[in-house]
Amino acid sequence: MIRPISLLLIGLATALPLSLLAGRVWIDPVAPETQAATVILMELRLPRAFLAIIVGAGLGSAGAAMQGYLRNPLADPGLFGIAPGAALGAVLSMWTGYAVAAYVLPLFALIGAGGAMALLALIAGRTGGIALFTLAGLMIASLSGALMSLAISLAPTPFAMSEIVTWLMGALVDRSWRDVWIAAPLTLIGLGFLYAAGRSLDALTLGEAAARSLGVDPRRLQWLLIAGVGLTVGAGVAVAGIIGFVGLIVPHLVRPLTDRRPSSLIVPSALAGALLLLVADVACRILPLAGGELRLGIALSLIGAPFFLHLLLKMRKGLA
Amino acid sequence: MMLSAQDIALGERLAGVTATIRPGEVTAICGPNGAGKSTLLSCLAGLLAPESGEVTLGSATLSSLPAAHRARAIGYLPQSPEVAWDVSVEALVSLGRLPWKGAPASEAQDAIDSAIAALDLDDFRHRPVSRLSGGEKARALMARVLATRPQWLLADEPLANLDLAHAAALVARFREQAAQGRGVVLVLHDLASAMNHADRVLVLDRGTLAADGRPQEALSEEIIARVWGVNARWLGRAGEMALSIS
Repeated sequence: MIRPISLLLIGLATALPLSLLAGRVWIDPVAPETQAATVILMELRLPRAFLAIIVGAGLGSAGAAMQGYLRNPLADPGLFGIAPGAALGAVLSMWTGYAVAAYVLPLFALIGAGGAMALLALIAGRTGGIALFTLAGLMIASLSGALMSLAISLAPTPFAMSEIVTWLMGALVDRSWRDVWIAAPLTLIGLGFLYAAGRSLDALTLGEAAARSLGVDPRRLQWLLIAGVGLTVGAGVAVAGIIGFVGLIVPHLVRPLTDRRPSSLIVPSALAGALLLLVADVACRILPLAGGELRLGIALSLIGAPFFLHLLLKMRKGLA
Repeated sequence: MMLSAQDIALGERLAGVTATIRPGEVTAICGPNGAGKSTLLSCLAGLLAPESGEVTLGSATLSSLPAAHRARAIGYLPQSPEVAWDVSVEALVSLGRLPWKGAPASEAQDAIDSAIAALDLDDFRHRPVSRLSGGEKARALMARVLATRPQWLLADEPLANLDLAHAAALVARFREQAAQGRGVVLVLHDLASAMNHADRVLVLDRGTLAADGRPQEALSEEIIARVWGVNARWLGRAGEMALSIS
């Protein structure tokens, strides 16, 4: 397990400085134009790179934990309905116009994520059963989606509508240190919860009954998952909008490098998620696209959907 | 120390079963489909709580024991053992150490090594479970239970899906464990396996205990006719008996 972690750390340590140089304005590391370069680096690229790392780490580790919990390689953090819940909160802040004030949009998004977590706990938390839990998550995702569509269709102004639709695509454009300070602590705490769930997730490899016979408390595990996925994904959506597929792709890329136990996957998935989002964000910045930048959420969906299809075909081949 | 069920009832599946499991014996639980065999085993493993009555381990009620304590004492092999991820045999067996959080790493490694050796899995130690045969996988899963070093070993239909040779080999492993002083409880569908390899048989019928005793008594032709509703005759000599059904 040490090897993938060191490899990924080396990857991140290489990608981070390079990502700071790339963009519409390329910075020459040897002879920078000092004043402009300092502003671009310190106020734009550094917070953006840190955000990519934080959001990617949260989504990657949440994906690894979800796949371990559902014992399904096709599981994704979106299944719990926390990302749509957070997005609904953010949409409401834009719909009501409160989002013009600093901190309000992320705050609303976090309230949305918290609401989804509370609903999940309320519906499924008593039994600890995985199937009911997943169905509750799907219900929350579907309800949040419907309410978001309602908000968009009843948007008070065309500007609000366009703002909502653009935000939902997910991006790291125009983010600041403020967003870093919101997302970093929540994601770190969330990662702590997911890490703490590792041993129980390992036991689930043998199925629910065997896991319980090994002393796993299904309710405690569910709480750890709600808190861990809620905080990492909620914080990610609050600062970056919806960025799909990271939680699905990353554990697959990392799994062959580990002993395949879910607990061995959480930290490497966090690092690989960070690296993926950092690189993908740089690619979005430097791709020549008429009319602005490619949105990060769209870019990852464009990569993620074929990857998902590839996985499905591989699984079908395995079943045949 | 004994593992005992005292008048336990659970819905329509168990209606007042009393039985005491002794260490050093292989106890088989037999009965027709729906008789409550797996439910009884789950209650004995502490995975299901009876609505009335209680399961005790020594002088303590099973439900009052902390989950980790119970998990260290009772190893449980479920009916359709699954392995969700393609881990190596060694990683699979090491899952048996999960209840021993905080124990020294050398002790854990020793338990894993001896479980792997006890089931002749040394050659497969690093092999992914997807590349094991059915019999090898069954042995690896049993090694996982042994790695916990439990005093009690409970398995739900461990011989299902195994061919004759592998089933016989696995039964021999369970006997070895009993000889080492562990209490072994097996839910068995195959009455001949129970007759030939168990020290004691509990026969369940529609949630109640129809017989409890040595295999020759609990699986007599008369009881088989009453509980299973078939006329059967035991053929052969002790230890190699076969059931002929007319």
